Amino acid sequence: MKEKQKIYWKGLEELTNDTDFVKKSQDEFPEFPTAEELTTSRRDFLKFMGFSLAAASLAACEAPVKKAIPYLNKPEEIDPSVPNYYASTYAQDGEYCSILVKTREGRPIKIEGNELSSITKGGTSARVQASVLGLYDLSRLQGFMENGKAADMAAVDQKVIDGLKKAAQSGKPAYIVSSTIMSPSTKAVIAKFIEKYPFFRHVSYDAVSAYGILKANERSFGKYALPAYDFSKAEVIVSVGADFLGTWLSPIEHARQYAQTRKLGGDKKTMSRHYQFETTLSLTGANADYRSRIRPSQEGLVVAALYNGVAQAVGAPTVSAPAVKVPHIDKAVKDLLAAKGKSLVVSGSNDPDVQVLVNAINYLLENYGSTIDLSRPSFVKQGNDEEFLRFVEDAKKGNVSAVIFYNTNPVYDHVKGAELAKALPKIALTVSTADRADETASLCRFITPDHHYLEAWNDAEPRAGFYSLAQPTIMPLFKTRQAQDSFLTWAEEGISFYEFLRSYWRKNIYKGEGSFEDFWTKVVHDGVYEPVAEAAAEKPAFTADVQEAGSRVARRYTADNKNIELVLYQKVGIGSGAMANNPWLQELPDPITKATWDNYVCVSKSYAEQEGLKQGDVVKVTANGYSVELPVLIQPGQAPGTIAIALGYGRTKAGKCANNIGKNAYPFVSIADGALVYAQRQVSIEKTGATYEIAQTQTHHTIMARPIVQEATLKEYQKDPAAGRFFPAITIEGEKVNVNRTIPENKAEELNPRLITLWKGHEKTAYRKNHWWGMVIDLNSCIGCSACLIGCQTENNVPVVGKQEVINRREMHWIRIDRYYSFDESIDTEDKSYANYQKMEDPADNPEVVFQPMMCQHCNNAPCETVCPVVATTHSSEGLNQMTYNRCIGTRYCANNCPFKVRRFNWFNYTNDERFQDVNYMSQTDLGRMVLNPDVTVRSRGVMEKCSLCVQRIQLAKLEAKRAGRKLRDGEAKTACQQACPTDAIVFGDMNDPESRIHKLLNLKEFDNGDIKITEPRAFQVLEEYNVRPNVTYLTKIRNKD
Amino acid sequence: MRLLNKPNRLMLTRICYASIFLIVMLFSSPAWAQEVAPQDNATQEVPGLDMSEATIAKGKELFVGRCQSCHAVTDEVVIGPGLKGVLERRELPWLLKWIRNSQALIQSGDPTAVQLYNEYNQTQMTSFLDLSDDDIKAILAYVKSAENQQQEAAADGAAQAEGGEAAQASGLNSSYLTAILVGLVIVLVLVLAVLLLIVSLLTRFLKNQDLPEEDLEVVNEKIDLTAPFRSKAFLTVVGVFFLLVVAKAGIDSLMDVGVQTGYAPTQPIAFSHKLHAGKYQIDCQYCHTGVRKGKSANIPSANICMNCHGEIKRGSPEIQKIYAAIEKNEPIKWVRVHNLQDFVYFNHAQHVQVGQIECQHCHGEIEKMEVVQQRSPLTMGWCIDCHRKTVVKAEGNDYYDRLLQFHKANAGKKPMTVEDIGGLECSKCHY
Repeated sequence: MKEKQKIYWKGLEELTNDTDFVKKSQDEFPEFPTAEELTTSRRDFLKFMGFSLAAASLAACEAPVKKAIPYLNKPEEIDPSVPNYYASTYAQDGEYCSILVKTREGRPIKIEGNELSSITKGGTSARVQASVLGLYDLSRLQGFMENGKAADMAAVDQKVIDGLKKAAQSGKPAYIVSSTIMSPSTKAVIAKFIEKYPFFRHVSYDAVSAYGILKANERSFGKYALPAYDFSKAEVIVSVGADFLGTWLSPIEHARQYAQTRKLGGDKKTMSRHYQFETTLSLTGANADYRSRIRPSQEGLVVAALYNGVAQAVGAPTVSAPAVKVPHIDKAVKDLLAAKGKSLVVSGSNDPDVQVLVNAINYLLENYGSTIDLSRPSFVKQGNDEEFLRFVEDAKKGNVSAVIFYNTNPVYDHVKGAELAKALPKIALTVSTADRADETASLCRFITPDHHYLEAWNDAEPRAGFYSLAQPTIMPLFKTRQAQDSFLTWAEEGISFYEFLRSYWRKNIYKGEGSFEDFWTKVVHDGVYEPVAEAAAEKPAFTADVQEAGSRVARRYTADNKNIELVLYQKVGIGSGAMANNPWLQELPDPITKATWDNYVCVSKSYAEQEGLKQGDVVKVTANGYSVELPVLIQPGQAPGTIAIALGYGRTKAGKCANNIGKNAYPFVSIADGALVYAQRQVSIEKTGATYEIAQTQTHHTIMARPIVQEATLKEYQKDPAAGRFFPAITIEGEKVNVNRTIPENKAEELNPRLITLWKGHEKTAYRKNHWWGMVIDLNSCIGCSACLIGCQTENNVPVVGKQEVINRREMHWIRIDRYYSFDESIDTEDKSYANYQKMEDPADNPEVVFQPMMCQHCNNAPCETVCPVVATTHSSEGLNQMTYNRCIGTRYCANNCPFKVRRFNWFNYTNDERFQDVNYMSQTDLGRMVLNPDVTVRSRGVMEKCSLCVQRIQLAKLEAKRAGRKLRDGEAKTACQQACPTDAIVFGDMNDPESRIHKLLNLKEFDNGDIKITEPRAFQVLEEYNVRPNVTYLTKIRNKD
Repeated sequence: MRLLNKPNRLMLTRICYASIFLIVMLFSSPAWAQEVAPQDNATQEVPGLDMSEATIAKGKELFVGRCQSCHAVTDEVVIGPGLKGVLERRELPWLLKWIRNSQALIQSGDPTAVQLYNEYNQTQMTSFLDLSDDDIKAILAYVKSAENQQQEAAADGAAQAEGGEAAQASGLNSSYLTAILVGLVIVLVLVLAVLLLIVSLLTRFLKNQDLPEEDLEVVNEKIDLTAPFRSKAFLTVVGVFFLLVVAKAGIDSLMDVGVQTGYAPTQPIAFSHKLHAGKYQIDCQYCHTGVRKGKSANIPSANICMNCHGEIKRGSPEIQKIYAAIEKNEPIKWVRVHNLQDFVYFNHAQHVQVGQIECQHCHGEIEKMEVVQQRSPLTMGWCIDCHRKTVVKAEGNDYYDRLLQFHKANAGKKPMTVEDIGGLECSKCHY
């Protein structure tokens, strides 16, 4: 029998039907509590019961006296219970995002995207969403430090100034070391500082460097800058190792542009084609139409082959480089040439020569001026690897008189960190402005902790002419001082940074139209000022020597390295590790591996089989004279003969949540011609015999082999928009008919199974009263970035449960991003030949990926509602499946009966249980609890919870409309996941409103009898055959492949 | 026992009342005539002022919003002078100028203005540059009409004082009745005692006589009063009854756990709503500023107190506590009276602004409370009860159009209550 249906699986254990997996998948819950929880005997239970009864009755005698404490002097703009939004800027770690900060009673509780920014356009990322928790982190320093002891601010300043004056006399140079500074006025502050102390040099570097591109652009176009990319104009996208949707340069901006080219519907029947050549499966690779696996040692040759292909076609000189056998290169070249001027080639390589070739390809394809803009370059990364290496050399020689570390942590995140740590004591004056005593700061004599970015004024210029302003949204929580103010104090300028910032803007940015005060007020309000947003991109002249670059690439890369190679990558949540002490990010399941709380060694399935490695076996990886012991994770899509380790883990001085989680991989970074290379050509792997369990969520809440995701290719879609859809059929009067579509019009209504219901009050007009809330998720635009997950966690006070509880399958996220791998071809299940099995093995090694956000589907015929013995979960007349926590007694019947496995049970009182101290200490303190959303109940132990479609936001939007005496407008009620989404994949709205986006997206048709029906061919509901009638609809995934 | 049945008694009372009232009326009629005369004078038109009802209503609205926090319509001084008779004291054009921008008038050297300014400790009156002449005239019209009403009220008061005497007279009447009743009871008790005495005397007498056996039995018969109480049936009934009472009391007290109706804690400052909301009729929203904006009605911050108490009664020890708080920079810790559970979401704006519900509906007669007391149980049953009964204020609010249309089509003429639009659904209050 030939089965035409694709096979989907979430993890290899599901594919191979691992016994443990099969056992677990039968149970909704890991029923048996762990040993330590099982210490309560029957007698103890009775004692507790007796005690709690007595305690409760005693407590009931007198209600506690509660205080109501008003402001002494209420600020005019703050009204208790009414949120305020302030525009600000997130610019950290090379990532830029224009944001709105939601504050309640003067404390920031949520970050939202700012739609006024033409760069991020209202999108956010997981890290941006999670950054608000960093504000309430007790690991931040609460005052100035000298030699590890608390010190007085003024005394430290005096000592620093004295030290600086002494350093001036020493005749040796001094350094300000920073990561990329996007803020123009901060750069001016540093210039002022250097003016006062001319022996200082400013060196900036990035933990994950883009020096290769910067250098290549200097060579190609005479501009040390990153180009701004516009993926929205690209019809063909080729990426060689650049994870541009997840971690590369400006992922929020790229994701939005990319998604624009992937959306289908209405008249738009074309989409971009995306080729990805990479080593380990990245978020971007998971979204590619064609993905080829390459070794890091082949990267340059792949780019050279692409160049040669393009050059040959346009008649430009080719470069001589060894041929490399990688699938899809020729096809990519053909497509690129066909889309000249509307294509884009990007590379994640940090090798300037490779990047020169990439520039040459784009130049030959005439992409400059259309998809690439170098006239208004991007400033998100400016680090200079060579200058930093020179500083380390100077420090080692003892030739540095003073160093100030600003917003950087090289001892941890640079390959030369250990050497620098040894050299630091030789420097007379060492100052760090880090917000905590991190790996570098703890070795410095003085720490003058910086404000959190939500406490400070700042600005940013992520792209030339695109200005962005940050404003404080809370009074500083601790006795910290903004680093810029520190620089100004030490330079004895006698001006605050706020005044400096204003005067900088007045002088350099304000164009003299209208009064400056008006201009300033408007910019503070908008958060952005983009006078050049509309300008056209220019076409620069290409001047680099391609032949020279080509020959160097040919020398440096090999087509057939036989060693095991290592590639270092960033995870979407943790990134470079600067924000590692954030429990939300630590518990964010990596979109690809679905692993939390760890880094690990990703190996390919074939390599694991060859070496007899199993998931969780601890191996010792050695390279560069450095070794780590990490567990193995078998990663489909990993290039054969390679392994991958994530950066950003193994912090030792970041705080309780991050310390000793995973291992530091930065020392594996190698250096070639002054540029950092995030790969090793030769590593050795030894088994240690130990095993270690990785907390993965991938097969939790599994939904077995049901047709959950539905997909088609672009060609099929163009022929039939309903291609790839699964239509469950039933037999009516001896005739097999489709459940939802083919009921003949003349057939009686009662034969339409969609309208059959067991319940009263579920008649077809039940939700037509006023609002009928629904959600549409476009699987074609969802890239799996998980911003929604953190957005939801922030909005809805979702607790963090920690590694052990994730292993126990008790994670609490209301929305999960299901990641399905799938076979590329249909498999003949009858054919038992070796060749057929091999065919099966290959796709399992390099599978296709689908992401499907899954949350409560708000079924109109909800199975959970029927089984609740206390009616704690009910249906509203607006189509919401309501969960009433105070009524729930925790039988968990509902979760058992939910076909989507989206209900979460509070096994513990996570926000007030000392056992979770190490996991999320923020939630155990009053300070950390300030991040909680006061409009959402904090659930207690023994209570079921789940997605509410952000009912608090719906209610607020309705109230605002009622107060104004008008109808609710579409877009006023937005769920947190929709707000966070950078690609606009989630659309929420009122299905009864003919003007709403959701109404149009689903092509809803209203019938005279009051029924309403979805007619968009791509729209499907998960498990339609159950007739649970969800209010969440998905649009099929379409791949642009032949 | 009763001498008179109810209708007869009522009749008697009415006759008493009527005759006493007639007598009083007879003697007091000259007083009426005297009081009525000046009232006619008061309703005289004031030149330049439109005394129509619409204008007065508009004036009242403006007065409550702008003037009431400093001025009373009586002759009482709040912060500024009382406005009784202001139209007699000042010229209309002068008033228009003064109200719009008093500072300008003072600076122009107007002698009346300067004198007034100095008289009130040089307290600046807020300028109302946005008020038109008609607005100010409307306010003055309202002040005038309020003055008239005061006079009427005074007249009524006088009348009532006299009516009071009548009431007292009828009060005498009722105590009379009681006295009769008490007398009757005493007589009856005496009769009973006498009867018992006779019985015992007769029994003793009979015991001393030689009587046949049967008669002796009758005479010596002792009534065992406890026998019925020891019967099984009785004990069962009592037992069951007792259990039921206990169960009822138990359930009632359990249902009352956390219900704090009547809770009236002592506050750190003896603030009187009776004085502020009752006597001075300061609008609730003047202090509880959030009530139309959001979930929280807002306990007023100290700076709101200072709007008035910066001038008024600064020496009072209670108000000194506010000054002390401001000096120490420590907020005042009021005791929360109305405590809703954390898992309930209640929004004031929804109820007060959209639902147009009076504060008193839930908070009781707050304007009569010296110390604030929780009047409503704040239980879910109480909320639901109101949601079942309350008709949605849908007129003039476009938001409800679709709901109203749907309701009319399905429920006909029955008014649309909160329940009809989903007001009983869990997620309206619990999330």
